[in-house]
Amino acid sequence: MNKKNVSLYEEPRIGVFVCDCGSNIAGHLDCADVAEYAKTLPHVVYTKENLYTCSESGIGEIKKAIQEQNLNRVVVASCSPRTHQPLFSSSCAEAGLNPYLFEMVNIRDQCSWVHMGKRADATQKAKELIRMGVAKSAGLEPQEAIESSLIRRILVIGGGIAGLSAAQALSDMGLEVILVEKTPSLGGLLQQVNRLDTGKTARETLDEIIGDVRSRSNITCHTSATVQETGGYIGNFNVKIDTEKGMLEEMVGCMVVATGAVPLIPEGLFGYNGKTVISLMELEQKLAKNDLSAKRVVFIQCAGARMAGREYCSRICCLIGVKNAMLIKEKYPLTDVRILYRDMQMYGTYKEQMLWDARGKGVRFDVYSPENAPVVADGKVKFFQTITGKTLELDTDLVVLSTPLVPRKDSAALANMMRVPTDQNGFFLEAHAKLRPLDFAADGVFVCGSGRYPATSTEARTQGIGVASRVAAILFKEKLVKSAIVAEINPESCVGCKACLTMCPYEAITYDPGKRICQVNEILCKGCGNCAATCPSHSAQLRGFKPDQLLAQIGAA
Amino acid sequence: MSQDFNPQILTFACNWCSYAAADLAGVSRFQYPPNMRIIRVMCSGGINPNYILKAFEKGADGVLVSG
Repeated sequence: MNKKNVSLYEEPRIGVFVCDCGSNIAGHLDCADVAEYAKTLPHVVYTKENLYTCSESGIGEIKKAIQEQNLNRVVVASCSPRTHQPLFSSSCAEAGLNPYLFEMVNIRDQCSWVHMGKRADATQKAKELIRMGVAKSAGLEPQEAIESSLIRRILVIGGGIAGLSAAQALSDMGLEVILVEKTPSLGGLLQQVNRLDTGKTARETLDEIIGDVRSRSNITCHTSATVQETGGYIGNFNVKIDTEKGMLEEMVGCMVVATGAVPLIPEGLFGYNGKTVISLMELEQKLAKNDLSAKRVVFIQCAGARMAGREYCSRICCLIGVKNAMLIKEKYPLTDVRILYRDMQMYGTYKEQMLWDARGKGVRFDVYSPENAPVVADGKVKFFQTITGKTLELDTDLVVLSTPLVPRKDSAALANMMRVPTDQNGFFLEAHAKLRPLDFAADGVFVCGSGRYPATSTEARTQGIGVASRVAAILFKEKLVKSAIVAEINPESCVGCKACLTMCPYEAITYDPGKRICQVNEILCKGCGNCAATCPSHSAQLRGFKPDQLLAQIGAA
Repeated sequence: MSQDFNPQILTFACNWCSYAAADLAGVSRFQYPPNMRIIRVMCSGGINPNYILKAFEKGADGVLVSG
């Protein structure tokens, strides 16, 4: 790209483009008058009113004016920079003007649309907003986009179904994977599970995927290994892995947290004793070993979940309870199976169908309320049947407590080391529940599986594959390119007081003890400018929002 | 205070929340008095106190920091 080299000492030649946005702006204020006014502003050498500045012809007008009028700043007064700045600044770049010499003024969303029917006032406000934008633009400086290399290797922490799926999908795309598993064997929690809701045994499913992962030349598996240290930034993380063969140091481009969760051991709940009152996981083991002699089985759902201190719903225990109730009924049709529940969480059409199938097989369902929770004692389950208002006593041989998955004890330490957040329950917290469910807020770090929130094996696999696609979107680029709107610290005036370092929410600032100054890591910097507001000597400044630029804008208000 | 007092208000709005909210107010066609000017910043935490003083010095009657 041939960028126009603008010296800071060169007289600004500003072009102002006023957009009508059809009637969206021109319908509520006088755009011609506004454009005429813009001509009178300092350094403005060219103005143009467009019907739609973002249209091909509008963009063409900007490009033409940059060349013919020798503009070195462009101001577009139209809609929001949040939606249209990228388009306009890249158009400037195409015309040879550094894209950071572009400024946008919002006269639609924040003017014409909110002052309808006040034409004179809206026109006046638009003029003032343009005056402010022009004043700021005169002080803008050219910037170069920040580029960084990308290492096409990924660290996956956790060898459960989520991590294995992520590794498999990444390997499919030709990316190199380092898979780190804390225990001696791959497979995670599924190793304790009997049969999946797909009908296959968990072992079959695992053997298939583990065999495949082991056979791939671009996946390195380290079992009985833990990640000891992570540093660096997206594209260039450096990690230390403690393996059986000693400490390994590796460089990776992205990191995936797939550390899973553990089932709650229901100590002290409903008379749990591990023999006649067991957990769901213990039932899985019994079923796997064909070791079930009970003739009357009662499941108690939400055992240790949705209560004070553990408010959340573990989401998958209803499915697991119903699945196992059906397995018992299929194998031992004469066994009496009852499920005591608070709410049935059988989301999705196929799980809903499972619930009906379970009823069809003779599994009985009863609602209980947490205020009148079932009491297990002496081979009986006493519970208040909400529907009839009666207290029933059920004779049982086996009580199964459907317990939630809980976060691993060491996940807080891992979160701390990787600088990623956890939620109030201790699960890893994604950047956005709906818009970025597999990303962490930190760039280049991802999460999948039950470490994020209890997931079925199918969901964990889907998330693993999803993470692989998120990673690929980054690592298949030639290099990392990010906006130059980041902080900079003037090494001449910085006295190394470290005020900025403590303020930076992204740990993007480091102190150089040799030079005794603070320095910004441009890749980690998110451009918030907190350092700039804190710096007593104004050595730290946010590009595009420097004091001179903002003070000029404020002064013109 | 007289009825016709028309305060000039300068707002510093965070690009990621308040500035977006001001856009949304426009998209929703919420109507408000035209005596406010918004300056977009990348984070309300990046506002130097000097900016606020400068606004008052230049005659602003009120400064709103939103983020």
